[in-house]
Amino acid sequence: MLTAKLSIQNKVYHLQSLITDQKEISSGYFRLIFSAPQIAQIAQPGQFVHIYCGEGTYLRRPFSIAKVKKNQVEIIYKVVGKGTELLSRKKKGNTLDVLGPLGNGFTQSLNHPITQSPILIAGGTGVASLLFLAQKLITLYTSHLTPLTVFLGAKTKNDLLCIDNFKKLGCQVKLATEDGSLGYKGLVTDLFRNSLITHNSSLITNIYACGPYAMLKEIAKITQKYKIPYQVSLEAMMACGLGACRGCVVKTSHQSLTTSHQHFVYKTVCKDGPVFEANQIIWE
Amino acid sequence: MVNLSTEIARIKLKNPLLVASGIIGFGEEYSKLINLNVFGAITTKTVTLKPRAGNPSPRIVETMEGMINSIGLENPGLEIFLKEKLPFLKRKLKIPIVVSIAAENAEEFAEISRRLDKEKGISALELNLSCPNVRSKEPRAKSPPLLSCPPPRLASGDAGAGESKNGGINSEQGVISLISQDAELTYEVVKRVKKVTKLPVIAKLTPNVTDITVIAKTAESAGADALSLVNTFSALAFPHSPLTTSHSPVFGGLSGPAIKPIVLRMIYETYQKVKIPIIGMGGINSPQDAIEFFLVGAKAIALGSALFRDPFLPQKILIGLKQYLKIQKITLSKLTGSMIHE
Repeated sequence: MLTAKLSIQNKVYHLQSLITDQKEISSGYFRLIFSAPQIAQIAQPGQFVHIYCGEGTYLRRPFSIAKVKKNQVEIIYKVVGKGTELLSRKKKGNTLDVLGPLGNGFTQSLNHPITQSPILIAGGTGVASLLFLAQKLITLYTSHLTPLTVFLGAKTKNDLLCIDNFKKLGCQVKLATEDGSLGYKGLVTDLFRNSLITHNSSLITNIYACGPYAMLKEIAKITQKYKIPYQVSLEAMMACGLGACRGCVVKTSHQSLTTSHQHFVYKTVCKDGPVFEANQIIWE
Repeated sequence: MVNLSTEIARIKLKNPLLVASGIIGFGEEYSKLINLNVFGAITTKTVTLKPRAGNPSPRIVETMEGMINSIGLENPGLEIFLKEKLPFLKRKLKIPIVVSIAAENAEEFAEISRRLDKEKGISALELNLSCPNVRSKEPRAKSPPLLSCPPPRLASGDAGAGESKNGGINSEQGVISLISQDAELTYEVVKRVKKVTKLPVIAKLTPNVTDITVIAKTAESAGADALSLVNTFSALAFPHSPLTTSHSPVFGGLSGPAIKPIVLRMIYETYQKVKIPIIGMGGINSPQDAIEFFLVGAKAIALGSALFRDPFLPQKILIGLKQYLKIQKITLSKLTGSMIHE
């Protein structure tokens, strides 16, 4: 068994980074690139950066890392509130107050890299962390013959992001939009479920997903049925981003050794996550 | 050279800047990012006798110039604190450690204090008196399930947590009272703790009272060595967290710049009524804020949720404070309450 259990370095940096590019990639969606060598060198797929967006916000905002290239770090986000609105107004040459890299990323493993394949499923801006993961998987397993399958889902064509980026990496991309403006009409979870009918599910080594809570929960039902290992990247409002304030917890199952009772423990999305084994999560 | 050293409740501090309870937990996470020894002292997250799972998500909401938290006093309990958390802090820190504690009643406060009194390396106890008083109230009808740590009914109450969504307000019973909303109980708790420990005792009070000076004077008369003013303000806001599907509000404690003017007024009033020193906290976000706290009567100050945004705020505040003292040609001790003395 070939397992690339990535050791997450314990270093966290607080940087005033220079923005090298910011572009609206689709209406309301932005790609921001900033220079942060310390973060770029150690960041792993699934990790995030915690950014102070500007006056008028009190807390930082977490963003998944979508790509690292030499000294540059890239994030992809949608303008959803005051923080992202302020962020979208920043321009090349402005500085960015960044904390990172934070959290635990995806654990990448392939049992039989020749015949088996992981599947990536992204909803909306969930593409960010999975784009980084796809790059990593492809460079890690160059001998890998089966192409990486990526399911992308969103409300409309405008909300489907990074299709070309995945294609350039050699991924097989399957699309779903709720309004049918591109690809399968309906939810990406349905598209994925349908694909399992024709696809031999035993050949899927791992599923990695990032997106809305309802989507992740629905995939958890499917993967449980087919017994496929499944990792999710969760989102949460965060305060410290380090695990200290305990503000962003998620309920996870915990088997008590002494009483054999099923208990739960709260884990922090920022430090214990944002990536979790889905079977640990108590879906609500 | 400007001297920032001071003394609070018999604890010698190299500078008057503390970190408030609940902000850095037990120091493990923040010590990877900043040098905690820049502070004059640190206050731990509140420790209770038994472990507490805390409240369900969402626990935090950003508000205008602040945030609401409803952590629910999540902590590993006294035993784990002594076995794992305190040794780490003692190893890592060269500055005084203030341990924040909470309990449901005076007896339990005394039990925790008795145990901590035997430990080396603790400089003071801070009594988190912003927990619901369950002595005179029936247990709440709809208490949240706390599967991994069943019984305690306290709601919350750290630097962040004042009164939690599950504990602070109950539609059937009205507002549940907190220890420091009741002068008699405040007196009883402080008195009992003082009896069992030689450690300096700091009483941290809730601002959710009609007249905080009444409670402050009571704590002083019971023997409190200092006051921490104040805990968070009872509040509610609607979250927009991806983890929630409903739009039900979060009840919790409000912190941040939004509360600062109210806190300053409370310290201003209390300073004129008590002799024990005041550690001021609530909305400090800049050197200017810090100076204002001293002007109205704080002898030391504590940094709260603003640290989440700016991990280098401690240095900025200390540098700003030094510059101010130098320019004004005034000592730190003279600065305290100088607005009133003039």
